[in-house]
Amino acid sequence: MVKSIQIAGVGGQGILVAADIIALAAMQSGFDVKKSEIHGMSQRGGSVLSAVKFGDNVASPVVTAGEADVLLAFEKLEALRQVHYLSDEGLLVVNDLQIDPLSVVAGNMEYPGDINMQLEKMVKTENILMINANQIAAKAGNLRTMNVVLLGAISHKLPEINESSWKQAIAQRVPSKYTEVNYKAFDMGKKS
Amino acid sequence: MEKALLSGNEAIARGAYEAGIKVAAAYPGTPSTEILESISQYKEIYAEWSVNEKVSLEVAAGASMAGARALCAMKHVGLNVAADPMFSMSYIGSNGAFIIISADDPGMHSSQNEQDNRHYARAAKIPCLEPSNSQEAKDFVKIAAEISEQFDCPVIIRMTTRICHTKTVVELLPRTEVPLKPYQRDIRKRIIVPAHARIRHQLVEERTLKLQQYSENFKYNYIHQGKGELGIVASGISYYYTREAFPDADVFKLSMSWPLPVKALAEFSKKYLKIYVVEENDPFIENQLKISGIKAVGKEIVPKVNELNQEIVKNSISSQKTKKLPIADLPPRPPALCPGCPHTGAFYSINKLKLTATGDIGCYTLGAFPPLNSLDTCVCMGASITNAHGIEKSGNPDLKGKVVAVIGDSTFFHSGLTGLANMIYNQSKGTVLILDNRTTAMTGHQGHPGTGKTLRYGDVQEISIENTVKGMGVKDVHLVDPHNIEVMTDALKKSMAYPGVSVIIAKRPCIFLLSSEQKQNIHKVSSEDCIGCKICLGLGCPAISFRDQKAVINELLCTGCGLCASLCPKQAIKPRKQGVENG
Repeated sequence: MVKSIQIAGVGGQGILVAADIIALAAMQSGFDVKKSEIHGMSQRGGSVLSAVKFGDNVASPVVTAGEADVLLAFEKLEALRQVHYLSDEGLLVVNDLQIDPLSVVAGNMEYPGDINMQLEKMVKTENILMINANQIAAKAGNLRTMNVVLLGAISHKLPEINESSWKQAIAQRVPSKYTEVNYKAFDMGKKS
Repeated sequence: MEKALLSGNEAIARGAYEAGIKVAAAYPGTPSTEILESISQYKEIYAEWSVNEKVSLEVAAGASMAGARALCAMKHVGLNVAADPMFSMSYIGSNGAFIIISADDPGMHSSQNEQDNRHYARAAKIPCLEPSNSQEAKDFVKIAAEISEQFDCPVIIRMTTRICHTKTVVELLPRTEVPLKPYQRDIRKRIIVPAHARIRHQLVEERTLKLQQYSENFKYNYIHQGKGELGIVASGISYYYTREAFPDADVFKLSMSWPLPVKALAEFSKKYLKIYVVEENDPFIENQLKISGIKAVGKEIVPKVNELNQEIVKNSISSQKTKKLPIADLPPRPPALCPGCPHTGAFYSINKLKLTATGDIGCYTLGAFPPLNSLDTCVCMGASITNAHGIEKSGNPDLKGKVVAVIGDSTFFHSGLTGLANMIYNQSKGTVLILDNRTTAMTGHQGHPGTGKTLRYGDVQEISIENTVKGMGVKDVHLVDPHNIEVMTDALKKSMAYPGVSVIIAKRPCIFLLSSEQKQNIHKVSSEDCIGCKICLGLGCPAISFRDQKAVINELLCTGCGLCASLCPKQAIKPRKQGVENG
């Protein structure tokens, strides 16, 4: 068994931390793990991709087209950009958030208006979960916990990782004074 | 045994710790930067940001001469800068272990080329190890140290972005302290004059034969036994792509790609009609196999350009087609200068004055793109100044008196000083604009001599860029805040009119260096006052967009720099707090 999670979003959204938490949680649940990311120029507001694969034995750290069990998109356009990575039965979790890229800001291109429809053409409706993670994070008490809200939302699809491993990984990866608010964000994401 | 999830870079650092490395030096460069950042947590190792890669390699070489185990790390193009001492050190050899980490960037995620630094190993006649995951990255530091000391040579560990930035599970061991080896003066070894070098070269050739034998028996060159129908040779990350693409194949896993275990590979190849070679970028292994008469198929089917992955490997060898393709024509999201970036004002001014700007390597390379459209060239670290000088000397009348060299503060210390000395010495006329944002920003905010911030030993005396250029003899020096467009533009005009070498130091800290309190003066656009002239959009600030014929500021992205407000002809952009009070 190998499970793959592809994570997509915009630089600065906490994507790499989210990927770290999944990887640590999987390791603490006893799996082999590989977590891949590309950073560098991406922190300047560009598209960011990260991938986590875990299982008995993971070979390639990279997720390729049609392979992801979960595609977690921190932004709607990035969901559309990466949706081909999702497997036929994969779960798509999308943060209901629009961030205009510079090409749109400058008025050279249009932000796609029909993202939900396009996604539904490619992914079975019952496998799409669109949540407003920013709003939930704000309710949890800190907007920056948006990434952990999304982790709560995908945790159903990853029953191999137990609850205590998730919590332990969160505690390990966020500053200790924010542990509690992140736990709360995780739980609220799970219920969404 | 204690386990940790480490990136390849963190694993190299851990390996340095465990292997008793005493000195480590680097200049930051993606994808290698975190190696030294991680090493700096181990107080047993002296760790520094060197001024450039050549310096870092020479520092490590000196430590090795003195008997310490030493390491330097750099991105692939950094080894071009450091190649001169590397070639000499191949002849001189080591005393304490001497390890060079080269982090190559297949796919050019953040580089100007896809050069394959295994060629350097062959050219300089020094062994090259290629780890495939973090465990090997860690283990290979210790092995490299042993090889270096056993064979009296530097050793290259060739990483790639995918290895550097992928976290995998690593077993941790304690540090083994390795005592300093005694130092003895030996000028026939370390004074590399022709008479000595001729003798050393002979020894290097003999060493290569011994290393060849070592490689034949190296336990990390091994065969993963599959079902015997398909034989593939792979190294580095390509090994795991191959394993995933062809779980039943026999795979010869190469961990030492120079010198190559040619006999073992020839033996392996006998079982198949032909063997496949899977490697990223150049046919380095493949060509050596072919020279040795082994029937190998590689770059005829495996792409040379870009990174590989399991899908590309599978499609190359079994001629399958990709099932799912990305959606075409979506608005791209390339990196951009950040909201509040101090470079924005400088580029806006260059663009307004229609100057020809030679660029350099850093965040500010992004100033080349719309809407700032400011830079014409970007070659390598330091080339802005020398390119501008060459353009000036070309005599091209279309460019005469219109060229400005744009270089960052860290890049200036890396390799801008020599170019500036050359301009002064050769009676050039021209402007050098040093964008001093007080950090090495692109690679994640490392210190450099101009900041006085060291990797681990606190703050030291800054080297003043202003005093440096004045000391070199530049008479016309302007110190400005690039955020003040009027002042910035005025300085450029004066500097361009100056009949000799002129330097502008545009000093303003990177937005990442400011506290959140300093970024709270968020602005907003009054839609009644906005006339939709789009002047503010000319800054290319990611926080400003244009909707329903009006400019809009994204409050989540705005850092309150106020540059847009200073340009607005209708004063429609104001600090949000003031705007609220007004109405």
